[in-house]
Amino acid sequence: MRTHSAIAEPGAIRWTLTAFAVAFLALFVALPVASVFLQAFEHGPGAYLAALTDPEALSAIRLTLVAAALSVPLNTVFGVTAAWLIAKYDFAGRGVLLTLIDLPFAVSPVIAGLIFVLLFGAHGLLGPLLSRHEVRVIFAVPGIVLATTFVTFPFVVREVLPILESQGSDQEEAAVTLGASGLTVFFRVTLPRIKWGLLYGVILCNARAMGEFGAVSVVSGHIRGETNTMPLHVEILYNEYNFVGAFAVASLLALLALATLLAKRLLGDGSHGGQGQPGASQEAR
Amino acid sequence: MSVTVRNLTKRFTASAGSPRAPAVADASFEAPDGAITTLLGPSGSGKTTVLRAIAGLEQPDSGTILLDGVDCTAIPARRRGVGFVFQGYALFAHMSVRDNIAFGLQVRKMPRKEIAERVDELLSLVQLEGLGARYPKQLSGGQQQRVAFARALATRPRVLLLDEPFGALDAQVRVELRSWLQRLHAQTHVTTLLVTHDQEEALELSQHVVLMRAGRIEQVGTPHDLYDHPSTPFVASFIGGATVLRGRVEGTRAAIGPLSVAAPDGALEGAGLQAFVRPHDVRIARATDQSAVSLGKIEKLVRVGGFVKVELRLPSGEAMTVQMAKTELDALGVAEGDRVLVDLLAAKVFVEDYSI
Repeated sequence: MRTHSAIAEPGAIRWTLTAFAVAFLALFVALPVASVFLQAFEHGPGAYLAALTDPEALSAIRLTLVAAALSVPLNTVFGVTAAWLIAKYDFAGRGVLLTLIDLPFAVSPVIAGLIFVLLFGAHGLLGPLLSRHEVRVIFAVPGIVLATTFVTFPFVVREVLPILESQGSDQEEAAVTLGASGLTVFFRVTLPRIKWGLLYGVILCNARAMGEFGAVSVVSGHIRGETNTMPLHVEILYNEYNFVGAFAVASLLALLALATLLAKRLLGDGSHGGQGQPGASQEAR
Repeated sequence: MSVTVRNLTKRFTASAGSPRAPAVADASFEAPDGAITTLLGPSGSGKTTVLRAIAGLEQPDSGTILLDGVDCTAIPARRRGVGFVFQGYALFAHMSVRDNIAFGLQVRKMPRKEIAERVDELLSLVQLEGLGARYPKQLSGGQQQRVAFARALATRPRVLLLDEPFGALDAQVRVELRSWLQRLHAQTHVTTLLVTHDQEEALELSQHVVLMRAGRIEQVGTPHDLYDHPSTPFVASFIGGATVLRGRVEGTRAAIGPLSVAAPDGALEGAGLQAFVRPHDVRIARATDQSAVSLGKIEKLVRVGGFVKVELRLPSGEAMTVQMAKTELDALGVAEGDRVLVDLLAAKVFVEDYSI
């Protein structure tokens, strides 16, 4: 005789719901991901490797990594600082700052890209000044990094802020009364407290930074071998009916995404008390 | 190390930016060296704000904080050398008990070996030997509380500040920790300030009580002073519990219906008054003659262990609570519904100010 808790569904309903969820996932997630890999290997591993080692593909991979390597640390530092300020202090403009942080999520990435063109483009607000000093932003790497940073900046703040707000600053105050300086308090008390949320935010930020298309597409100019990121490169190859090439690069992106999700999963498990750190389990989610 | 608070005022601004009533207004008192002083008052009376100002966690709008006579209002919290035990303990969740206790010593760059020795010393002081490797979450509330004490004491603070240290614990643990704190204080003799809303805690733990209400200090004194010589009606009603009866000054007596006690000197004839009667300052006797003037009717008898609470209804319609030993009541042989003779042994009388 099985005991049912009050919220448990009868067997039939449970199985139907599970089957529905699995089927939905298979159709909309598993199948497309699998087909990416199938298409990529259509002409064998040789063609796959050739597509990936093509100089233009390598350049796109390099640029994607550079953009992520610059925007993720920037957003991490900014995100932690902003979350700290917003959680701890009640200052004029706090509401405005909160709204601005959400802005990149609210506007279309294409518009985000256009903002930078309007600012730094040849006919933009700062265009003449930049061209006088021979600094290229639009249709160049700086523009791509800027657009990527803009689009990904809410991730870290949004993960860290709720942790800081829900826990108050008692532990920090305790550290101060024990004689700790501001930096010591941050590194020994605050950082461990927000560690899991921060890592989670960084992972999401990184995933988006590598996968961003819209904003980057507007500022990039699609110069082959120079200003193409992986997602842009995929599009170009696809438009040229080079399916093996397109799907090979796409599979690499998908792998990066899967690796990111796996890392997140491992972190999530690691924080459930498995590493002798019961204190962290609460902060994990 | 004595702590002196002079004319402390702290006002928090509401989030809209409009000033609210001050959390603490012009508070002055002194906590004597080596003693336990309690800041007692109902919630919202500003006592925690005073404590936080002494620790440097709150910057006062005006007033000064002196430690051993030295003004330290401008010294930042981390250099004040005070130990603070937070209401919710505020233990570092990601550190073991040992690391929690060692934190203040590590910050001071004490050599490792000395830190280990000092932590061992503190673990035995708070009777948590063997639990050093645990994390705060693996401890009971009372144990966490003791870790918080050990952590605050590790750096040998000049003053120990306790914010409702037993507030989050159940009644039994609270009573145990109270006597534990007394023993701890007897060992360390560190000047201690304790914030509580529990008058029993205040009266039992300290020889010096600062009673606060709505940001102001109502009275400072020994528990005995506050109980026997309350300076305001608030103190009289807050400490010890009392029945409030209304009356009038008649000659040298304060007449409260058919009852009377001595009126304070210089009271104006006919002035209204409030008399605060402690539950044990009332004597009742079996009424043999139903025409006796001072009659009360027993409405209810509540037996609490060895004591009995007698709820009386006076002829004026006012209710009064009387407390007596169970044996005493049994000797009287009265029951609910009986009429009894009532006599006031003592009452604290406050003559109402009726300057027009």
